[in-house]
Amino acid sequence: MNDLGMLTIRHARELLAGGELSALELTEACLKEVEKKNGELNAYLEVFDDARAAAKEADRKLKTRTAGPLAGIPLALKDNILSKGKVASAASKILSGYRATYDATAVKLLKEAGAIVLGRTNMDEFAMGSSTVNSAFGVTKNPHDPARVAGGSSGGSAAAVAMGGALGALGSDTGGSIRQPAAFCGVVGMKPTYGMVSRFGLMAMGSSLDQIGPFAKTVEDAETIFDVIARHDSFDSTSLPDAMRARAGGKTKAIGVPKAFVESEGVDKGTLSNFKESLGRLEAKGFSIKEIELPHARYALAAYYIIMPAEVSANLARYDGVRYGERVKGGDLLATYMKTRGEGFGKETRRRILLGTYVLSAGYYDAYYGKAMGARGRIKRDFEEAFRHVDAIATPTTPSPAFMIGEKAKDPLSMYLEDIFTVPANLAGLPALSVPSGKSAEGLPLSLQLIAPYRADRALFDIGKAFEER
Amino acid sequence: MKKEDIERLAALSRIEISDEEKKGLLEDLKSILGYVGEIRELADAEPPHAAGELRNVMRDDVPYKRPLATSEELLAGAPEREGDYIKVDQVL
Repeated sequence: MNDLGMLTIRHARELLAGGELSALELTEACLKEVEKKNGELNAYLEVFDDARAAAKEADRKLKTRTAGPLAGIPLALKDNILSKGKVASAASKILSGYRATYDATAVKLLKEAGAIVLGRTNMDEFAMGSSTVNSAFGVTKNPHDPARVAGGSSGGSAAAVAMGGALGALGSDTGGSIRQPAAFCGVVGMKPTYGMVSRFGLMAMGSSLDQIGPFAKTVEDAETIFDVIARHDSFDSTSLPDAMRARAGGKTKAIGVPKAFVESEGVDKGTLSNFKESLGRLEAKGFSIKEIELPHARYALAAYYIIMPAEVSANLARYDGVRYGERVKGGDLLATYMKTRGEGFGKETRRRILLGTYVLSAGYYDAYYGKAMGARGRIKRDFEEAFRHVDAIATPTTPSPAFMIGEKAKDPLSMYLEDIFTVPANLAGLPALSVPSGKSAEGLPLSLQLIAPYRADRALFDIGKAFEER
Repeated sequence: MKKEDIERLAALSRIEISDEEKKGLLEDLKSILGYVGEIRELADAEPPHAAGELRNVMRDDVPYKRPLATSEELLAGAPEREGDYIKVDQVL
């Protein structure tokens, strides 16, 4: 079989368990795909040299039937998630050469479940962007059309799965950074409820928004990865305790559509007609579609681009060239800070740190940050009100399919508008799933986004699986 | 917003920025602030919001039994060191 990299995790597990395929063969097949395609697509920043050794170990465990649920499954990691002893740079010059001194909790759980960590994938620097154009190591190209972006910020993870270079991957999602690249690359991507997956070992960007989540080819595969990583962790004080992890919500029947929000200005016509088809498919599966209102959703993007840079400006203060990473000497301590951060951070990172510093500064705090936090509360209440009538909410994942490389590079605001449908779930801490829903007229992947109530992550998998069935 | 504001923000956030880039940043930030400023339409104030659910998270004030990394592993990441110390420029 030549296209082992295109196997689903489910199918691969069956073949591995039946002895028809070894973990080493599967790993070699993925590595071969990477060798063949990565030169052009730039999905991986590095393939780890111990992947084959991990595969052999997985094969031993598979034989003795002591294997975990992901035994022998090759997965990729976004470059802002730590794997002990490996470089983790968040695609930034300021961290080039930095080696992780411990495993992120999500990575530790993947390894315990037997997964093979193949390598680290490209991203927008410190997860800031919607295209991977902001990587210090070059853009990731879309496997469906290399003239287009793979999306971002977890573009490398999405492209790695789409090109058959891994069976699944981890990314991080602060305002859509898993769901948007998943949509652009035609794979499944999921942002869990805030607190479901430990953030320990994830480089912080917007701490009140960040979540680690899975990429996979099917909803079922994404659920398999989610089941392994969604655990309470005492190292993350926002991690949900076990008592709060019981299945929330019952059977899902009604799906809400915020019509006014979905039909916002600038949403592509083809995307809207595909979205209508998706609603038809859901109806055919027995779900009822109800129109709902999210009156404050139109403020979500503005609130997000205030709150997130504010948190960025605080979180990125640690990269000062003192304890780790790159240091550019300046003569005295202050000059060293200025030069290290001036040269080590890329343009978008500098822009967001300055913006965050501004909205938090005296005289502007109330006008921007205070108002944004107020809007956040209203958006959350809008969702709570809507979920009294429906079990989930549907929107397109993105306002249009993958754009051309360089298309939005000059105007940062046009790039920010990419996140219009994805940021509300982060602001409200809700789980959201992106599922491929067909192709545009140009043949580019399109996706449906589903948002569920707080802690009702399971509902997303239930609806997603029903939606996938043809 | 003026060029001096960009200079003040750059100094506050400890980032050296060239004169040429300051101009571009000024335009970018003006355009972004113009957009996010929509938020000010929300007239009546709302109490501050926290993500997730608010609850106290406590632990005993004792060191972890098994540290995640040795001091040698942590020091190995430092750009400059002298023995078991991280070396920095003179502070005073």
